[in-house]
Amino acid sequence: MLGWELPPYHTGGLGIACYQLCKYLSSEVVDISFILPFDAEYQIDFMQVNPVFTEQESASLPIYPKIYESSIKHIGSSSASSEEFERFQDYYVSRAMKIMALGNYDILHAHDWLTFRAAMAAKMISNKPLVVHVHATEFDRSGGRYGNPLVREIEYSGMMMADQIIAVSEHTKRTIVEQYSIPESKISVVHNRLDIHTEELDPKNNYQYLQQLKNHGFKIVLSAGRLTIQKGLTHLFEAMRLVVEKRPKSILLVVGNGEQYEQLIESAAAMGISQNVLFTGFLNGTGKDWRDAFRISDLFVMPSVSEPFGITPLESISFGTPALVSKTIGASELINNMLNVDFWDVEKMADQILASLNYPSLTDSLLTNAQEELANLSWHDAARDITHIYHRHKVTA
Amino acid sequence: MSRAICLYLHVHQPLRVRPYSALEISKAHNYFDDSTPNVDTNNKFIIDKVAAKSYLPTNQRLKMLLDKHPEFKFSLSITGTLLEQLEHHRPDVIDSFKSLIDSGRVEILAETYHHSLAFFYSKEEFETQIRMHADKIQDLFGIQPTSFRNTELSYNNEMAKWADQAGYKAIITEGWDPILGWRSPNFVYRPKDTDQIKLLMKNYRLSDDIAFRFSNQDWAQWPLTTEKFVHWINSIEHDQPVVNLFMDFETFGEHQWEDTGIFSFLEHLPEEFMKHGDDRTFMTITEAAEQFEPADEIDVPHTITWADTERDLTAWLGNPMQHQAIDFLYGLKDEVLATHDLQLIEDWRKLQTSDHFYYMCTKWFNDGDVHAYFSPYETPYEAFIYFMNAVHDLKSRLLDKGGH
Repeated sequence: MLGWELPPYHTGGLGIACYQLCKYLSSEVVDISFILPFDAEYQIDFMQVNPVFTEQESASLPIYPKIYESSIKHIGSSSASSEEFERFQDYYVSRAMKIMALGNYDILHAHDWLTFRAAMAAKMISNKPLVVHVHATEFDRSGGRYGNPLVREIEYSGMMMADQIIAVSEHTKRTIVEQYSIPESKISVVHNRLDIHTEELDPKNNYQYLQQLKNHGFKIVLSAGRLTIQKGLTHLFEAMRLVVEKRPKSILLVVGNGEQYEQLIESAAAMGISQNVLFTGFLNGTGKDWRDAFRISDLFVMPSVSEPFGITPLESISFGTPALVSKTIGASELINNMLNVDFWDVEKMADQILASLNYPSLTDSLLTNAQEELANLSWHDAARDITHIYHRHKVTA
Repeated sequence: MSRAICLYLHVHQPLRVRPYSALEISKAHNYFDDSTPNVDTNNKFIIDKVAAKSYLPTNQRLKMLLDKHPEFKFSLSITGTLLEQLEHHRPDVIDSFKSLIDSGRVEILAETYHHSLAFFYSKEEFETQIRMHADKIQDLFGIQPTSFRNTELSYNNEMAKWADQAGYKAIITEGWDPILGWRSPNFVYRPKDTDQIKLLMKNYRLSDDIAFRFSNQDWAQWPLTTEKFVHWINSIEHDQPVVNLFMDFETFGEHQWEDTGIFSFLEHLPEEFMKHGDDRTFMTITEAAEQFEPADEIDVPHTITWADTERDLTAWLGNPMQHQAIDFLYGLKDEVLATHDLQLIEDWRKLQTSDHFYYMCTKWFNDGDVHAYFSPYETPYEAFIYFMNAVHDLKSRLLDKGGH
């Protein structure tokens, strides 16, 4: 396997992704030799780590760590010229080839463009199947523009030459098809994971009023989704009436729009809890306001009457907010560490909301354990999918 | 050299907190009275079930063994929490225990009345509960305990010193390898810095063969026969005098169901054991402590228990919820005791039972291994919520009495 970096010596998410993936792949009985540029004290026991450069050499190559993260800025700019970069790549490729010549392997697996040249060279010599794993493209990194032509060319050749491409999301797969004209049939999606986002809430968020209320001891309950009967919001509103009775400093933040919008506003008024309910209207699910809504809230509630899967509770957990869900949600088959309630059991829902707002030890435990589950869950699946891909190509190769 | 089996059975059922909602706080105080039929938080339902499956049929076998074999002896620990429930719901089970104890060959160990972790939170409260328990045992069975066990066989040097000063002949705990090192659990030991008291340590391999593995068909030794088990006892070095078989009483009939053959195993064990020589016998904990000289000194600076693979207290006090819950409860101690309101004090003590904190444990729940999670609640979070609601009600009762 050819990669760029591994924790704790990593600059971005790629290092963590590779680490997690290899850890779970090795538990699927895959022997991995991981080739990467720099040497360091990695303390990894589940695979062989083979650095191309020694620590001293690494230290004398100051531009290298910067290349991956922001190619557009550094390559061709004053900090690292194209020639420097070319020289570097050639050096890296030749050294990596020497390491690969020593080992006997069944599959070449290369992560992102920096490793593609070495991987292609190795494939030409060994004729082993090549899997290229695309975590991000130059198109993504340059914010939807063309980006660095040299990088795009490497990406294109790597993907063309690959026997199989793994994209980390449907979105990435679409980009590869549309921007690089690669046949769709070559691409499998293996979701990397639901990233656990550890960043704190940005103080310059659009929920300053909620922030003020929180400073005065208020706690926030979040509901996010379409405002339809299926989502069971009337039950949540009834539960909130009981919550507010016991704990007046409680706010329900309702994100979304839908046919029940006006009815819900009216019922909040009829229950006398209008001052405890705030509606944001529709928010884009990939936008910052969406993410911040989770980050500012203390508990996410999904009281759906019926929900085939329901990714939002998982998203909530990934953003650092524990979840209370109705028992009918498919996602609760995947994550144990969520509060559960029958959607019609308004009193129990109120009880669980109250406890979550009152006891940080409860929400802390829920979150820590659910995030652990989330991390394990997706990586196991990802490793299994990739093992299947290996087997497919190993047999036909 | 002679060889004795020290059979020790622990009998306990907690008073589980019913699904007690925050909306009931200051309105209803009956946290332990779930009369919903056939639910695991209905304490009477559990008592009836365990009485039928375990207490009565096991006591019948134990009585038969006492009648048949004059050498047969064993030790029990029975919590006040259970005795109270039995007196209330099942006096016939109390009678069946009496008939064993009247033989004079059954010892009852001292412990906290409420199966609590009070030792780690308040020595004064701990000692009160020890006295309450001794009084209850005297009252029901007419005997005074002479040896001591603490909740979950939790143990450390300090506890041994306390028990030594309190005059107990023996204290018991887990025969945990990191503590024993190269030494064997099949001796009597002396706890560090004590004068008189002896320490008996559970032979967890042999004990768990019965308590945990007996019905496990994936176990290479399944099925476990008395012949095989006694053969293992016989293969222990000859100079090792006691085999400490410590387990939950409910092993017989409840953890291992009748159809696994567990009762038949119990019925035949003494006979099979004793037929291998005249020097074979059974001893109570106190007898073993009096009979054998300590083989060595045992040093346990940090608390151990007989629970899980870690043998520590993390199943009870491992996550932030458990700590918050127990700190909240013991934080009310002075106020609660100052009320002299016996009902209030008793409710506070019932909430000290260690099982409440065990139900909040997330460490198995986490691994997706929910089946290992032995609890009347759907999740550890619910266990926490109902418990906290109940303690809040205690607090509200204190406020009604003019507390602050």
